[in-house]
Amino acid sequence: MRRPAFVRLLCTVAATLAALAVFAAPLAAAENWTVERLMQSLGTRTSGQASFVERKYLAILDQPVLSSGELRYRAPDRLEKNTVKPRPESLVLEGDTLTVVRGDRRHVVQLSDQREVAAFVGSIRATLAGDRAALERTYALSLGGSENDWTLSLLPRDPKMAEIVLRITITGSRTQLRTIEILQADGDRSVMEIVAR
Amino acid sequence: MTRRWLPALLAWLVLVAAALAVIAQTRFTADLSAFLPRSPTAEQQVLVDQLSDGMVSRLLLVGIEGGDAASRAAVSRELARRLRDDPAFGSVANGEPVHRDRDRALLFDNRYLLSPAVSPQRFTVDGLQAAIGESIDLLASPLGMLTKSLLPRDPTGETLQLLERLDGGSRPAMAEGVWASRDGRRALLLAQTRAAGSDLDGQQQAIAAVRAAFADAARTRGTDELRLLLSGPGVFAVASRDTIRSEVERLALVSTALIVALLLFIYRSATALALGLLPMVSGALAGVVAVSLGFGVVHGITLGFGTTLIGEAVDYAIYLFVQSRPSGDTDDAAGADAFWPTIRLGVLTSICGFAALLLSGFPGLAQLGLYSVAGLLVAVATTRYLLPHLLPAGFAIRDVSPLGRRLQAAIGRARRLRWALAALALGAAVLLYAERDRVWNHELAALSPVPAADQALDLALRADLGAPDVRYLVVVRAADAESALRSAEAVGARLRALAGEGAIGGYESPALYLPSQASQLARRASLPEPVELARRLAAATDGLPLPAERLAPFVADVAATRGRAPLTRADLDGSSFALAADALLFEQRGGWTALLPLRAPTAGPHAHALDAARVGAALADSGALFIDMKGESDRLYSGYLHEALLLALAGVAGVVALLALALRSASRVLRVLAPLAASVVVVVAGLVLAGVALTILHLVGLLLIVAVGSNYALFFDREVGAPGPSPRTLASMLFANLTTVAGFGVLAFSSVPVLQAIGATVGPGAILALLFAAILARP
Repeated sequence: MRRPAFVRLLCTVAATLAALAVFAAPLAAAENWTVERLMQSLGTRTSGQASFVERKYLAILDQPVLSSGELRYRAPDRLEKNTVKPRPESLVLEGDTLTVVRGDRRHVVQLSDQREVAAFVGSIRATLAGDRAALERTYALSLGGSENDWTLSLLPRDPKMAEIVLRITITGSRTQLRTIEILQADGDRSVMEIVAR
Repeated sequence: MTRRWLPALLAWLVLVAAALAVIAQTRFTADLSAFLPRSPTAEQQVLVDQLSDGMVSRLLLVGIEGGDAASRAAVSRELARRLRDDPAFGSVANGEPVHRDRDRALLFDNRYLLSPAVSPQRFTVDGLQAAIGESIDLLASPLGMLTKSLLPRDPTGETLQLLERLDGGSRPAMAEGVWASRDGRRALLLAQTRAAGSDLDGQQQAIAAVRAAFADAARTRGTDELRLLLSGPGVFAVASRDTIRSEVERLALVSTALIVALLLFIYRSATALALGLLPMVSGALAGVVAVSLGFGVVHGITLGFGTTLIGEAVDYAIYLFVQSRPSGDTDDAAGADAFWPTIRLGVLTSICGFAALLLSGFPGLAQLGLYSVAGLLVAVATTRYLLPHLLPAGFAIRDVSPLGRRLQAAIGRARRLRWALAALALGAAVLLYAERDRVWNHELAALSPVPAADQALDLALRADLGAPDVRYLVVVRAADAESALRSAEAVGARLRALAGEGAIGGYESPALYLPSQASQLARRASLPEPVELARRLAAATDGLPLPAERLAPFVADVAATRGRAPLTRADLDGSSFALAADALLFEQRGGWTALLPLRAPTAGPHAHALDAARVGAALADSGALFIDMKGESDRLYSGYLHEALLLALAGVAGVVALLALALRSASRVLRVLAPLAASVVVVVAGLVLAGVALTILHLVGLLLIVAVGSNYALFFDREVGAPGPSPRTLASMLFANLTTVAGFGVLAFSSVPVLQAIGATVGPGAILALLFAAILARP
């Protein structure tokens, strides 16, 4: 007699747990809007194209520098930033190599050599790629908001990086980035607005 | 034995003593010298200098494999640290930014002396406005973030100008902070030795130092999973020297052992063996002495080749011994009488062939020619004038007549094969005609003793490192460094224009690191006085978001530069520019040389292969030399090959003339030449069928077939109605042939391509020449 009663008990517990799980699932999804999930969904994108307007507020200048153009991304690691104004400039980041063509001049920069450049370009690419590991090597990540309106903050881990950047704030909706704000250690600030096409 | 031997023996002893004295003073080498021209053109001289002493000849390419990326990087750092402390190395690069701060400071502090953009125009109101406007626009770009902090001191953007000009070529990938291969499986390091590429002992020490430093670095790291890969011109040269050395020793040993065994088998007498080796030893000594006196230095290749002479020189003694019969036995007197004139003619034809090589501009060939001529003369003289007197009374080797008679019978039957031989030779000739375009190899690399696997490793390391593989070079010569730099700047202006048109990708120049004093003074003179500059700046920044008062540091820096002396070479010490400047600007042969290596464009119609015709045309009247190093070295080798072909033909013509003079019969000359021609054609066809493209050394081998084979053909030659060679002569020819084949055949197994080529040609050729001569003999 004891044994069937025990089995019945087990069955009841199992059924209860299962029922609870079914109800709990949507609830957990809403509350667990995590960096992990953001990165996963960003990582599903293989390519994208958007126009941008960037304002740089620099202490040395009386007015912000305004630039605009187009961003293109192709997974896993190619980011193009084609600036139209104020001067045409094409910037291609692939692997560790950044190639900038301005007029008839061509500059090739290794990202790992140039932290200032890495802060501005590398962080955008890693975010677009959903490359959490790459981001977390350099920054501590924190996420706020919801899936439709999220804000990701990047704080430099490396003291040397912190001498250059104080904080990078990226906002977006689902897999679409909306703004990227970079606050530099010297107080200069840049805000890029991105509009998908 | 008679009293007559005394003067001959004394003469021989004196000769040997003198030879040993000369050899004791002789310098032996195994470097590139054998392949470099004796009287180079200006272009070839640059090639020779670059190969022996140039910056590329001093590069050691280092790879570290195995383990994980972190330990490879750690060992790379430790290895680089140790090598940087070693005075044997001028520079060691592995991707660590050791010079970066010093380089940047040097560029920044001297920007108004170094930047080509500095001119009086740039410091006018308009010029300043344009330059500052551009710098402000640059702030919109990530590149602007590199220069933003410099803006108050450098609003015209000279620093970026300088930086951009210096990072031209492609750079290696990085892993864990050091250079790595693109697949990330190797850490890479580039070391430049202070020893010249031609200083093989210095190179060998540098290579040993790298190996030792790597072993220590790996031990410090506590890992034994890592492997060191080494390549570069010095590594190849040292390995080649070791190969040639060990090969020469091995070849001499093996062919001597083979021939001694063969002679013992034939003679069955230790006395005969000792006497038989006498001409060979004399000939070898004479050869080395002649080359030493004639060239001042003896190349290892010549010694290796010399081992083949062992097989040749020993033949004469064989002929002599086989003909010698105990006194009273005179049944073969006719054969003995005919013996010396035939040998003499044979030796003369051989010498005729080799003497042609003496005229070669390729020192390697000329050495071979001299060695052979001297060696053969002395060997045959020893056999003729000394050896007969040294033979003990009643000397005779065992009777080889029975073997000779069997050979006679075989030759009688072999005659039936003459149509088959004609068909074979014709077939070979047709094949050669059909394949005539791929018979010859026109590349100097064909002579390289570096194994293919090592060449592949070199290529892989080079590709990953983006190491300079200087192919196109502009060379400027002047009386002093300042004039050389001014000329380099003048050439640089033309090259900049070519780069703008896409004809070249870019160029290096010592003037990029150290402009001429004249240019620096001109730039300094274009800087306005502080008060004037401040006035112009106020006008230039009107309407810009950058007020002039923020640019006070700029005015101060310009003022400081106005009081600064121009940069000299000594100011570059401690920066990476010092090495670059030294590699590109140096004193040489009583003058100064500036090198401007060119890069091919990476894109456009001339991607990866610059427009050489346009560069040549643009520099035509500049007084600079424009050199395609690969083309030059191939042209050099093609020149050798062409010349060697002519010389070989001259040698053959000499042989024919000699035969015509001695034999006085066109049909007899033809009969002597026919088997030689047939062997040459069949051997070449065989090589082509085996997929071998013939090099200059195969050509030498062909000449040797004619020289050696003519001996055999002459023995079979006789007037109509005269008897054929005696059984004993036939036997001695077989023995002589066997020793020759043994001598050359051993070369065919050498790993040095130069020696292998000769062996693979002459070995089969000698057998065929004897066989064909027997088949074509008059019935």
